[in-house]
Amino acid sequence: MGLKVDLELCTGCGACVSVCPFCALVQREDGKVEVNEACTACGACLEICPVEALSMEVVEKKVDTAVLDAFRGVWVFAEQRRGKLQEVAFELLGEGRVLAEQLGVELCAVLLGSEIQDCAVTLFEHGADKVYMVDHPALKDYTAEPYSEAMSALIRKYKPEVVLAGATSMGRGFIASVAIQVSAGLTADCTELGVDTEKRLLLQTRPAFGGNIMACIICPDHRPQMATVRPKVFNHPVPVAGRTGELIQETVEIKDPVVRLLETVNAMQDEVNVAGAEFIVTGGRGLGGPENFKLLHDLAEALGGAAVGASRAAVDAGWISSFHQVGQTGKTVRPKVYIACGVSGQIQHLVGMNSSDTIIAINKDPDAPIFGVADIGIVGDLFHVIPDLIKSLKK
Amino acid sequence: MHIVVCVKQVPNTTQVRINPETNTLVRDGVESIMNPFDENALEMALLLKEKHEGSTITVLTMGPPQAEAILKEAVGRGADSVVLLCDRAFAGSDTWATSYALSTAIAKLEKADLLLFGKQAIDGDTAQVGPGVADWMGLPCIAYARSIEIADGKAVVERAFEDGYEKLEVSLPCALTVLKEANVPRMASLRGKMAARKLEIVPMTAEDSGADPEKLGLNASPTRVVKIFSPPPKTGGVLWQDEEPAEMAQKLVDLLKERKLI
Repeated sequence: MGLKVDLELCTGCGACVSVCPFCALVQREDGKVEVNEACTACGACLEICPVEALSMEVVEKKVDTAVLDAFRGVWVFAEQRRGKLQEVAFELLGEGRVLAEQLGVELCAVLLGSEIQDCAVTLFEHGADKVYMVDHPALKDYTAEPYSEAMSALIRKYKPEVVLAGATSMGRGFIASVAIQVSAGLTADCTELGVDTEKRLLLQTRPAFGGNIMACIICPDHRPQMATVRPKVFNHPVPVAGRTGELIQETVEIKDPVVRLLETVNAMQDEVNVAGAEFIVTGGRGLGGPENFKLLHDLAEALGGAAVGASRAAVDAGWISSFHQVGQTGKTVRPKVYIACGVSGQIQHLVGMNSSDTIIAINKDPDAPIFGVADIGIVGDLFHVIPDLIKSLKK
Repeated sequence: MHIVVCVKQVPNTTQVRINPETNTLVRDGVESIMNPFDENALEMALLLKEKHEGSTITVLTMGPPQAEAILKEAVGRGADSVVLLCDRAFAGSDTWATSYALSTAIAKLEKADLLLFGKQAIDGDTAQVGPGVADWMGLPCIAYARSIEIADGKAVVERAFEDGYEKLEVSLPCALTVLKEANVPRMASLRGKMAARKLEIVPMTAEDSGADPEKLGLNASPTRVVKIFSPPPKTGGVLWQDEEPAEMAQKLVDLLKERKLI
């Protein structure tokens, strides 16, 4: 199965070559097109061919539907660190609730750790019908192996149809192993989820190619359908005080961890973390050098304690640490106010911040793409505008 | 110590543009490069080799014949040997099938003490292949590593979180996915370039790797892309220009106050 080129029909026009997001179509010496190993069978090229030389050969797999039907329920991984539930866990519960209702099933949270029972109460209040808890000393400090072992054991026993985890350092760090262990499909870093209720398929939409394209992905023949979900994309659900559910304490045999925690270092000690900030001022290449981040820190302070973010260009130039990076390869943020200073607005940056409530951009170049997403664009020299802004704020 | 570095050839996504009329990807003139994060994984291996005498580095990629270019680049920088895993049977592999295929190729090599990957590839951005390969091979994996020190068969690794990092200890063999901040990748040396030019790479096929054909390619991949589309363009708001900076600054503060944002 896969993409087929009818070489009789192919005129060698090359139209398909440039639309393939994966560089999978290559012109031979005679101009006709060949498909290479990079093809993902996405179908982006099918419509562009003027002579219909491209077709998708699909072989229907023989899948025992009874096996798939045995899987029921929506699960979210409730990420906690040192007993504190992480924001993404709540966002997953909010979105998981929507999916569970469309599928007509329960919403369950999976809580892994040691001495974490208090978290279960919070999970119920945020919409979990059931909490599967594994309380085990091997899960006290997060390392990938015991976490994937515990998660895989729960999945094998209870057979959920959907499993979501945050696309965080932790979630992405262990969930790929789980997908291998339970032979499930896993889609990374989704920004939109939906359900095909008839086929009970999870429709998983995610940006790829540095955010230049969106891909919708399904997992038709395997269960559970697993996805990591980008933080700050879905809303924090409104908690219902006193709402309860069923706590299932599971005993799982876990091997002794092979990775040992020596030390934890909080690198953001004296600074506001961009990931959860309400106000963010971000600096890009236009800042010109590391010393000018001082100006942004001053603006952040004048705003009453904003976080300082940075574009990839500024981080790659070594002006500021990558903990500040906003964008496809950095953090996704959704503050009330986002002020981009000297940031050109490459797509890879925009996908990390374009759902902020109010976006303000300051840039010398009136054609900078950042103005395309800004609610308020200020065309001007940031070295003049920002000091004036600080003055006006302090008035 | 034998270090295996897995790399991927990717289009330079920072050069990709969307044609606003047809709403399709314009990839003309976009160069193919070694995935930038994989460069950091390779650099980590090269630095370890300098420190630990007698170490060797094998660089492995799965891809079309053209992916040979990044293997030559790796040799130019100091890799000792390279493997191009190349077969139509791999076409359409998702991260599940890709990580399986890579694991079979690694199993054919001299036993690896350390497996290194970039934190993610800039075309797919999944970050799933490194941890996946480790799982197929039954090795521990530390994702998002920013440094490594090796002594007495053990590695001490700093792993980044959203707000800080942790220092972890693990016995070799193990796998890491490497962050950009780990190091600054070197350029190929002149001598390395000469060696790369002479190098002839014989691809490893699916059969050579001994992989189970049932676990390869599109057919074996649990996930399926059903649609590719361009993100909807966001329309901009107001643009202030040709005004004095102080005026615009005051206007902005007034507006933020009016909207009760400050």
